[in-house]
Amino acid sequence: MDETSIIISGFGGQGTLFAGQVLAYASMDNGLEVTWIPSYGPEMRGGTAHCTVIISEEPIGSPLIRNPDVVLALNLPSVDKYEDLVPKGGVLVANSSLFNREIKRKDITSLLIPANQIAEEIGISRLVNMIMVGAMTRLKPILPLDAVKKALEEHIPERHKNTLPMNFEALDKGFAFAEKTG
Amino acid sequence: MVSTTAEVVYQRPESFTDVHTHYCPGCTHGIAHRLIAEVIDEMGLREKTIGVAPVGCSVFAYKYFKMDFVEAPHGRAPAMATGIKRVLPENTVFTYQGDGDLASIGMAEIMHAAARGENITVIFINNAIYGMTGGQMAPTTLPGMKTTSSPFGRDVELTGHPIRMAEILAIMDGSGYIVRRSLHNAANIRKSKKAIRLAFEAQERGLGFSMVELLSSCPTNWKISVRDSMEFIADKMIPVFPLGDYKVSPSLEGLKV
Amino acid sequence: MAKELLKGNHAFAEAAIRAGVEAFYGYPITPSSEFLEYMSSRLPSLGRAFVQAESEVSAINMVYGAACAGKRAMTASSSPGISLMMEGISYIAGTEVPAVVVNVMRGGPGLGNIAPSQGDYYQMIKGGGHGDYFPIVLAPARVQEAIDSIELAFDLAEKYRSIVHVIVDGNMGQMMEPAELPPMKEISKEVPDWAVTGAKGREPNTLTSIYLAPEDEEVTNLRLLKRWKEIEKNEVLYQEYQLDDAEILVIGFGTAGRVASSAIREAREEGIKAGLLRPITLAPFPQERLIELTKQVRRILVVEMNSGMMLDDVMKIVKGQVPVEFYGRMGGMTPLPDEILDEIKRVAANKGPGSDDPRDEWIPRLEGRILGEK
Repeated sequence: MDETSIIISGFGGQGTLFAGQVLAYASMDNGLEVTWIPSYGPEMRGGTAHCTVIISEEPIGSPLIRNPDVVLALNLPSVDKYEDLVPKGGVLVANSSLFNREIKRKDITSLLIPANQIAEEIGISRLVNMIMVGAMTRLKPILPLDAVKKALEEHIPERHKNTLPMNFEALDKGFAFAEKTG
Repeated sequence: MVSTTAEVVYQRPESFTDVHTHYCPGCTHGIAHRLIAEVIDEMGLREKTIGVAPVGCSVFAYKYFKMDFVEAPHGRAPAMATGIKRVLPENTVFTYQGDGDLASIGMAEIMHAAARGENITVIFINNAIYGMTGGQMAPTTLPGMKTTSSPFGRDVELTGHPIRMAEILAIMDGSGYIVRRSLHNAANIRKSKKAIRLAFEAQERGLGFSMVELLSSCPTNWKISVRDSMEFIADKMIPVFPLGDYKVSPSLEGLKV
Repeated sequence: MAKELLKGNHAFAEAAIRAGVEAFYGYPITPSSEFLEYMSSRLPSLGRAFVQAESEVSAINMVYGAACAGKRAMTASSSPGISLMMEGISYIAGTEVPAVVVNVMRGGPGLGNIAPSQGDYYQMIKGGGHGDYFPIVLAPARVQEAIDSIELAFDLAEKYRSIVHVIVDGNMGQMMEPAELPPMKEISKEVPDWAVTGAKGREPNTLTSIYLAPEDEEVTNLRLLKRWKEIEKNEVLYQEYQLDDAEILVIGFGTAGRVASSAIREAREEGIKAGLLRPITLAPFPQERLIELTKQVRRILVVEMNSGMMLDDVMKIVKGQVPVEFYGRMGGMTPLPDEILDEIKRVAANKGPGSDDPRDEWIPRLEGRILGEK
């Protein structure tokens, strides 16, 4: 497996950093090398928040990357910022609930997923991040969905434990949406 | 035949080294040192005491006390003492600081040590002037007082007012014993010793931050005689820095020392 | 012990606890505050000392006090806070007591920003505080290395009665990586014979940095210098990557070194024989290894997150034997692998002579890149 770089980007509060950590835990538990690095500082709440996750079988050099293989864009500013940076053949998953435009790039795998609507259907709005991750595991199968679920189960904060079944449902629905649309 | 018995009435405290101090004639640092040494002897604390010397005339205090000592950066003695006391809570830790050290450059350190209720003892020598650097204006210099950096007399409009540390530190919730005494005559020296004793007693009882401010002389930089220096303390300094008990923890009241 | 996914600042702090740190005194500053927060939650329950001081000035002097008491003491801060600590650091060096200072570096000068930087190289490596002294400086680049470097820092500090700086940039403090923590070490009961602990049944100890007679201070300075020469001989650490047949030598520390290793991997795929020397001890610098490499490589590229500070040290060692070039980002910018790859390609194609100051050629290249990024 080549090194895979993932950027998860959205508004503060959308759970982008935690989604990245779930991928990092899943990678580690699957015996892979991984780095997770957040944007940090005063923009932590309300502004944009993103993290970079690099997954590899080899020791990882740079924890940061200009052209991420995979982008999970949870809002429009993130689509605008990263659409052009995904390399040819890369993956862009965009939360179409929060914007109304086409993805211009034709040389990448892109998916418009109405993550907020799906989350509302499940019952809580905080699931957008896991819906996006679920879709990603279908489009870029570097980690089995079960490994992500296991990592989520083991690392979800205690106060959110009661939402675990809904988080699983979110992962499944994201995966299924990608399968159906892709 | 008349038989006589010799009685020792005065000797070098055990807590002192056999070294002549470098202090000027008429300076009260030597008296303050001796009072501390006597108190530590009387309380049997010498072998567990760690002193923190300042920057200033008393920078070499550690040469005169026969006990473990460190020498702090200017003003930072309360921080160093905090660092030591927190890892050696069973030891007795005291700082010895002048007015420039404690009330100017080390203002943050002394205030916060008191606010935290650090269980340390501070001996504060207030002689209203910077001694070691050659007689410049101190934060405690009296209004109108001439120094090498206020050659026309301290103009409070330009340079502010003297700071009364005992009064300030007494209002900190973390302090347990805060008093001001003077070293200008025998009666006041006795009272000063009693205060130093109570300050160390406060520490031994875990009552929090304790400080004894001692009004002290500096005939060299005041440029007056030793006798006039003592009168200067009595007539000029005490009205600005009133002697008194600013805070005494109830646990110390009635303690006979 | 199994690997855990650990955040740099937390891993650092927990590693210090397991290495037996007995006192942590600090002051909040981004991006190192998590270090302080972590210590505040762990140390009191272990019966060890923690104080959030009123300032960095006070914090370092608390460390100084605990170090004088013979305890493993440390602080962690970030660039502006480290500037404030320099007074105490100089006193610690002058008193010859061991202490560890972690600097999670950010963009500067002045208030600068909170983004990752290596702009404190001069301040940390060349002393920073006043007077003649030689700090040991470790620059880990991975979370595991950060963990390992903390215990090493204490060991070196005690072995040489020296100040030891562990410097990383904000990336390292915030990054999570799988790493393994060492088991909890028992706190040493041994009290150094120089420590102030109360003069019970022995002559008093005094710890001071004052040597009023210049003759005495000179002897002290000489002692520190000779000790430093020992450290230079014994304690050099570095990591090599793809150096065996390298023609282009890239030198970078911390995050810049890591990023360079990614670029080197890609350069190799394109047939460029590049390799990396990543100093882990910046002081002492891996001088001998660099001298050896100057006999092997055709050209050197120094990569840093500052204006070329380690570059000066490299130039001094290389002595013009091999052309040296420079690429840096400043102000809290982290270079990305593609930038360094571009540089490696350019350097590999450059047959020209070296320059007295590689910054002269770098400045317009950087200006071009900044324009391009806009």
